[in-house]
Amino acid sequence: MLIRAYEEKLVELQQSGGAAGTCTSVGEEASAVGVVAALSHDDLILTNHRSAGHLLARGADPGRMMAEVMGRRTGYCHGKSGSLHISVKDLGVVLTSTIVGGELSLVTGVALSNQMLGKPGIATAFFGDGAACEGVFHESLNLASVWKLPILYVCENNQWQAFVHRAEAMAAWNVAEHAAPYGITAQTVDGNDVIAVHAAARHAIDEIRRTGRPYLLEVQTYRQRGHYEPDDQAYVDPEELARWKARDPILLLSKKLWHDKVLTGRDLGAMNARVKEQIEAAARFAAHSPMPEPADLLTDVYA
Amino acid sequence: MPKLNTFAAIHQAIAEELERDARVIMFGEGVATKRADLVQAFGNRVRNTPLAEAIIAGTAAGAAATGLRPVIDLLFAPFMTYSMDAIVNSAGKLRYMSGGQFAFPMVAMAMTGSGWTVGAQHNHNNEAWFVHSPGLKVVMPSSPADFKGLLKAAIRDENPVLFFVDMALTHVEGEVPEGDHVVPLGKAALLRQGRDVTLISYAKTVHTCLDAAAKLAEQGISAEVIDLRSLKPLDEATILASVRKTGRVVVVHEASRLCGVGAEVAALISEHAVDALRAPVKRITGPDVPAPSSYVLEQAFTPQAPAIVEAVCELAARTKREVVTA
Repeated sequence: MLIRAYEEKLVELQQSGGAAGTCTSVGEEASAVGVVAALSHDDLILTNHRSAGHLLARGADPGRMMAEVMGRRTGYCHGKSGSLHISVKDLGVVLTSTIVGGELSLVTGVALSNQMLGKPGIATAFFGDGAACEGVFHESLNLASVWKLPILYVCENNQWQAFVHRAEAMAAWNVAEHAAPYGITAQTVDGNDVIAVHAAARHAIDEIRRTGRPYLLEVQTYRQRGHYEPDDQAYVDPEELARWKARDPILLLSKKLWHDKVLTGRDLGAMNARVKEQIEAAARFAAHSPMPEPADLLTDVYA
Repeated sequence: MPKLNTFAAIHQAIAEELERDARVIMFGEGVATKRADLVQAFGNRVRNTPLAEAIIAGTAAGAAATGLRPVIDLLFAPFMTYSMDAIVNSAGKLRYMSGGQFAFPMVAMAMTGSGWTVGAQHNHNNEAWFVHSPGLKVVMPSSPADFKGLLKAAIRDENPVLFFVDMALTHVEGEVPEGDHVVPLGKAALLRQGRDVTLISYAKTVHTCLDAAAKLAEQGISAEVIDLRSLKPLDEATILASVRKTGRVVVVHEASRLCGVGAEVAALISEHAVDALRAPVKRITGPDVPAPSSYVLEQAFTPQAPAIVEAVCELAARTKREVVTA
């Protein structure tokens, strides 16, 4: 709910001219929440341009994230990232690359550091079906397997590669099919069912800790909004979109919690209101944060 | 002082740095095969990799940002096109884009240059591409001692350093200091003092300039020779001091002329020392063509000493003031 509210607020801000357009993960939240909740404190995350869910699920402050999107000094990267490349080293969200596949080329090095320096954590790389069509995806799987690197590959297969449906651009139907030739265990899971995603992620992580080897988890989900904001989605089959929206991950979980009598409709309403207030506060923090000084342009280039 | 060739000097630098700092690791195509003694001494800190330059460089960048200090061997400079994303977009930019959260202490080595007749897909002096990319440092030494000293400095640097090895120099021998010989990045070497003209170069053409300077001396022209060694950061102070002394400059490199390092040196001089110039800055470079294979064509591609001598004489002739004879 927090992720949805955060991204919808940014859509609103984009439409009113208050923030630049972002690449949202609306409809894909169950993946971020289900996987990140299964990671431990020592585990590291590498993500991509559709990263708000991973950051918020890891506990990032929506105010500092929004400040980053709005180019403020209080942003996690002091306004040098914008929405696309936010990293938060303190939370273990490292080396966000928006070159599609970039995180796949870096994750082997992060896992190598863990392995060589005797650190317990595993390295998790979130990528999409588009990145699975990049050559470096295969190079990454191959090296991770040959060097026995503790990596959790999470393919968020959201059916869209920017403006192209994956059915048009990808020979394999499931990205997980690529794992076996590299000797990597893989599983495909319903990415709109957060409980299923979480269970699959826990299983994958247990396997990585047990074997020390990489694992590929494919999360089948759907990008409900456009590639970026604004995007009229004129190229999207409305029936397909409606089908996936009917299986919206937040809707599915809310129904289940209500049906199982864990939460009442009133609880859910109150939760939604709390989240909205949190996001409004975040937006106020961001809007009132100072801009960087022009002199900041030249800092942080070299160590 | 013991004599070593460039290969041995590089090997010595790597061995010493592996010994000095447990975070240093080295990997690449055939690295463990070619450096079996290092595998013996340092185990899996020296590794072979698949023949896949993108993941080699990406792995180095990821490892550098999280606690290791990788040295990677990408073999031949044209192969670096496969590594460009990791080097340019990740290692060069992610420090800045993350607001300074990460550093990328890594070295990417590659060979280039004429001499082995390997042709354009193994020989491409593309060092200027990386000079043009923010966040990177670029080194291209000319002597075994500098190969050792600059490589040690590159490994100790907190930033990504491109370390180019001119193929023609790999078997050249020279005196190499034993032990902890470190040459700082960003410092040019004044190899020969002169009064009448400054020859500025790097890599193999430094030797061509020294040959030319010897020939010029026979004609009574006193040439100063500067080896840039580091292309980024560039030692502007040494360049400008020499220009102020001689008033004439010839920049020599094997890489092609357009937007090459020589263009930057010429622009630097025109911005800061144009008043000291007694003649226009002259460039002698490789042509804007892919590197050929045939030895004859390779030599035609590469700047040669007679062309430098000729250029200096032309500059001297253009100058009203007489060249002071020795």
